Amino acid sequence: MLNLARFHGGLHLPNNKELSNQAPLRQASIPKKLVYPLMQRQGVTVDPKIQVGERVLRGQVIAYSDHPLATPVHAASSGVIEAIEERLIPHPSGMADLCIVIATDGLDESLVTQGVADFRSQDPASIRTAIKNAGIVGLGGAAFPTSIKLNPGPQRKLDTLLLNGAECEPYITCDDCLMQNQPESVLVGAQILLHSLHIERCIVAIEDHMKRAYARLTQVVAALNDPRIIVVQVPAIYPTGGEKQLIKVVTGKETPSGGIPADIGVLCVNVGTASAVYDAVCNGKPLTERVITVTGRGVKEPQNRYVRIGTPISELIEQCGGYTEHVERLIMGGPMMGFALPDDEIAVVKATNCILAGTAADINTGKQAMPCIRCGDCAKACPVDLLPQQLYWHSRAGNLDKCKEFSLFDCIECGCCEVVCPSHIPLVQYYRSAKSKVIAKAKEAEKAAVAKRRHDMHLERKAKEQAEKAERARLKKEALAKVKQANAEKEGVTQ
Amino acid sequence: MKFSTALSPHVQPVNSVTRVMFEVIVALVPGVIALVWFFGLGVLINVVLAVITALMAESLVLLVRGRPVWVSLKDLSAVVTAVLLAISLPAIAPWWVTVTGILFAIVIAKHLYGGLGYNPFNPAMVGYVFLLVSFPLPMTSWPAVAGLGTMTLNFQDIAQLIFFERIPENADYDALTMATPLDALKTQLSLQKTVLEAQSGAVFGYLAGKGWEWVSLAYLLGGLWLMVRKIINWHIPVGLILGISVISGICYLIDAQLYAPPVFHLFAGATMLGAFFIATDPVTAATTVKGRLIYGMMIGVLVYIIRVWGGYPDAVAFSVLLANLAAPALDYFTKPRVFGHRA
Repeated sequence: MLNLARFHGGLHLPNNKELSNQAPLRQASIPKKLVYPLMQRQGVTVDPKIQVGERVLRGQVIAYSDHPLATPVHAASSGVIEAIEERLIPHPSGMADLCIVIATDGLDESLVTQGVADFRSQDPASIRTAIKNAGIVGLGGAAFPTSIKLNPGPQRKLDTLLLNGAECEPYITCDDCLMQNQPESVLVGAQILLHSLHIERCIVAIEDHMKRAYARLTQVVAALNDPRIIVVQVPAIYPTGGEKQLIKVVTGKETPSGGIPADIGVLCVNVGTASAVYDAVCNGKPLTERVITVTGRGVKEPQNRYVRIGTPISELIEQCGGYTEHVERLIMGGPMMGFALPDDEIAVVKATNCILAGTAADINTGKQAMPCIRCGDCAKACPVDLLPQQLYWHSRAGNLDKCKEFSLFDCIECGCCEVVCPSHIPLVQYYRSAKSKVIAKAKEAEKAAVAKRRHDMHLERKAKEQAEKAERARLKKEALAKVKQANAEKEGVTQ
Repeated sequence: MKFSTALSPHVQPVNSVTRVMFEVIVALVPGVIALVWFFGLGVLINVVLAVITALMAESLVLLVRGRPVWVSLKDLSAVVTAVLLAISLPAIAPWWVTVTGILFAIVIAKHLYGGLGYNPFNPAMVGYVFLLVSFPLPMTSWPAVAGLGTMTLNFQDIAQLIFFERIPENADYDALTMATPLDALKTQLSLQKTVLEAQSGAVFGYLAGKGWEWVSLAYLLGGLWLMVRKIINWHIPVGLILGISVISGICYLIDAQLYAPPVFHLFAGATMLGAFFIATDPVTAATTVKGRLIYGMMIGVLVYIIRVWGGYPDAVAFSVLLANLAAPALDYFTKPRVFGHRA
């Protein structure tokens, strides 16, 4: 058994998981439309590789780019490209951007693909390529391309693969559900990752309330007879599912600030990602669907479903019995870190783990903020051991240097401080705004530096030109003088 | 379908300022009952008078400042200040003492610094110290503990005393009031008596002073309840009790004839009230874990120093205000190590 460590702070939240984890995992039906934003994470944009009017098959690449952080987008069902147009995309700012829209034909014809019979015969590079070509990104919510994680560079030595099944956000049960229903694909996925990383240790971490998932996983680990893999139950304290927090709990090690887990030898991937890796390598199936939790008291039949990526949320909700009359807010992700959507025509993306239809009873519908009474509950709850209240004062005062001094950028925006704040101050908003101000300032400084450099170079060039010009004039003068002299001499001779 | 949006986190907040303040008031109930039991119904008159004055003063200042009145009244912070100051006053203090003290606490100490959350000094203690240095006589005239006085006062007598400063017939102030145990000890020691000799006096009980020790126990009970309810953290009270115990213990070991035992200092005067209800005022205290421990210890040590070598028999108010001054520095120098940063 592993000795578990714990991180500072965190919260025991009412998890409301029983809403969605009672119903069986089902396949969602093919939606009438599939919608794919061209903008992926952090401003990475892919280019359409199809034309409007073209027919596509399931599994066909419809968008891709050479950007190192881009992953290909595959059609999740067969149909005709209806449009490439601006639509609302799932983004905290509620922005619109170009999307590929497929009108599905219901035939669900797939490209014929084949996986490898034995992944052990594959070298790591080809496994990474298969993972990249399958469009696999982290399914825990961050959507970072998995193939890049698998290649942390020669200076980092990995020793542990950590499968994150902690799923600490309230309401969300998609990972739990996946582990209960497909433990084999998760664990074989882990074996593939172990093989491609050349490491000998895999820890699958799940929360201690996931009894059935634990039983299924341990059973399959025993059947696989793979001593490299162990399954551990960790206490359900939010945000245990945060990568750095989970690594601390399981290994006792802290990922350095500004660093990545690979710096301390750990690779952490979501259990859903491992399952997608299995599908890609062993079945040759690109990532076109995932388990999504549809839950909250705002939807009639909360449940988990295999949903095709690109499915509009309205259709998904319809398949779950529709909204109840009390629905108040639509959230993509969990109630702690997810973002509210302005419209249910928005489609799910690879990072979508949960659609939460909240009622006024479940969610915070806005409380009057009071003055901070410096109770320190925020600091007590902070999993990163920040002083949220000092950060609040400094970000409110626009004192960005002080914010940095108090480690603003170590804030993971988990929301613990805000939930416990008796004054109901929207703390996380202050931090987000301060962060964006710091970034904007840095960008401006960079711009100014570039402009200065350009100006200096311009002056330098001008000075050089001037010097060259003077030199040319001097040479010309000299040459002229020579000619004159020669002429004079000639004249002298002839005279 | 369209939805309204908001930023995460979306879950309901688990606490509120009103709840925090309300629980503090509830936790004070045992102490108030004990005070009434030993010092008479004047305590209740003081409390009611203080609360009414505080609410009126708070409303007026908020109106003048152009702030929403109801939102701030509802937070109950003014009520807490009022109750804390009222129970620190002698149970027969004239009405104008209570009223001026509260006005000073709310208007000057709280709102002139920006209101709830912005005041650097504990308003109740500022009010108390203001009264103590301005009106020392009524502020040190504690009624005799029940059973020790030469006469018993009924409600009407007390009301007459408080509102009209009219003493019942056949009585004088000396008959009604009595030195507090801390005061008595100080006087006796100055008369070259030993601690043991001093403590044989009538005002002393099992732990500290008759009546006072029970009041202290009641505050301790309320304070422990606040900890259970997670309204206050253990760091400040434990720091304070530790501070006072260590310094009084050392002195007691050095010379038991000259210095009272730690248990006396813990259960006499306002130690327990200070430890659980005054020093723990979040607005004016240090906020980091280490900072709070140091803050509490600092108050404990200061209380002892002022009691033993200073000019006042009880010293919680002065010590708290001095520590308030140090709170920002304590916070600054006790920043915790952030996750992922090296020590």
